[in-house]
Amino acid sequence: MQEFSLSFPASIEPAMRAAAAPAASYLAGGTNIIDLMKIGVASPAQLVDLGTPADLDRSIVTTPDGLRLGSGVTMAQAADHPDVKRLLPAVAESLRLAASPQLRNMATLGGNLLQRTRCGYFRDTDWQACNKRAPGSGCAALDGVNRRHAVLGTSPSCIATYPGDLAVALAALEAELELRLPCGASRRLAVEKLHRLPGDTPHLETELEPGTLITALFVPTRAWFWRSTYLKIRDRQSYDFALASAAVALDLDGGVVREARVGLGGIATKPWRSREAEAALAGQVLGEASARRAADAALADAEPRPANRFRVELARRTLVRALLSLGGANHA
Amino acid sequence: MDIVLHVNGRRVALSVEPRTSLLDLLREHVGLTGCKKGCDLGQCGACTVLVNGRRVLSCLTLAARLGQAEITTIEGLAGHDGTLHPLQQAFLDHDAFQCGYCTPGQILSALGCIREGHAGSDDEIRDYMSGNLCRCAAYPNIVAAIRSARPLLEDA
Repeated sequence: MQEFSLSFPASIEPAMRAAAAPAASYLAGGTNIIDLMKIGVASPAQLVDLGTPADLDRSIVTTPDGLRLGSGVTMAQAADHPDVKRLLPAVAESLRLAASPQLRNMATLGGNLLQRTRCGYFRDTDWQACNKRAPGSGCAALDGVNRRHAVLGTSPSCIATYPGDLAVALAALEAELELRLPCGASRRLAVEKLHRLPGDTPHLETELEPGTLITALFVPTRAWFWRSTYLKIRDRQSYDFALASAAVALDLDGGVVREARVGLGGIATKPWRSREAEAALAGQVLGEASARRAADAALADAEPRPANRFRVELARRTLVRALLSLGGANHA
Repeated sequence: MDIVLHVNGRRVALSVEPRTSLLDLLREHVGLTGCKKGCDLGQCGACTVLVNGRRVLSCLTLAARLGQAEITTIEGLAGHDGTLHPLQQAFLDHDAFQCGYCTPGQILSALGCIREGHAGSDDEIRDYMSGNLCRCAAYPNIVAAIRSARPLLEDA
């Protein structure tokens, strides 16, 4: 691992000052960046420990409008929190089904949202062509082993999948981030807008300017969000990234969908909200046919490659199964 | 950087590079080789230890961040008289290993799993132990060992 310095700020203000230095990076749970430093993909000159600032929010607060989760809360704490489980099942399940218990004990919510892709060509520096790691170098995945690469939101420059689960659920439920900008100002940003499409600049992954700190996540708790779920399909039954996943919430009136929220994971270059699927469901009787129409709408723009073509249909079926699971007898 | 840790109840004062992982610190500097280096990338669980009571991956933990932390490794589980911890005894009784390389991590992770309240059923044990790989595939016996040790630890 390349040499770096490590600082332990006592509060957020000096942390942000330290993070303003060139090639500085925040260190939260460390589960992603330490891994990337070991394999030579990340090489910050300075890490700023977010474990030490006393004023970094590590609490979960339930308000009448929603849940406010500090960015320093761990994935395990949020997954096991009674209000998250009760009011936002899709969020709790997206966390429980992510990573391993050890990683969830370490990783924070703020850091998890910024998890980097698992694309093998990004992670293996022996491959020279990776526009995300080395801008302008090409993309070895386009004609490489791309069974797990994205089918939505791709570009000729990059087809790397966004690997996370939590952000998919948060994007679907219209969660917002509370940010502290380097200039000192605070700002809110919809989770849906946090990540960029790769376009011809896949190395620019988010809308955060360097040094910005995610201080909290706010998830609205609409009364019907209790009827939500996160379904994740993997090669293994546990501890694996999604081949396809669906975050769904339904407002049902009898058997009719008043409103729907749909997010898709594991198949897109960013956390994917499908307004097309939501529109296809609105006003329809929830059933096999309407769920299938929503799934067709969600995947209409898919651009698969031969090795990942199966995941278009897998994603459709994942969404159908997630939707129908919310209309079953247990949820009536 | 100078750090002070508490490893298995013993105070340890050391000078380390910022990049030293807790795993390397324990194995190379403290002489506790029970925690194992498998992948060294947070994927296999062989390096699992408890930090302040919670199971974490020591390979992805920078030692310099752990000032004053309480670390528990496999060497810290048995009693002073050598009596095995109930989980260690259960792993023996249920033949929950073959080569044994992953076992220290499995046992520390199992301790965390039970303390977190996620060992309620065999399915739950399997899900909440999925971060610990066993290439000998002793999984059925690992689940049996944890299931049998759970009541002993809950009463303790």
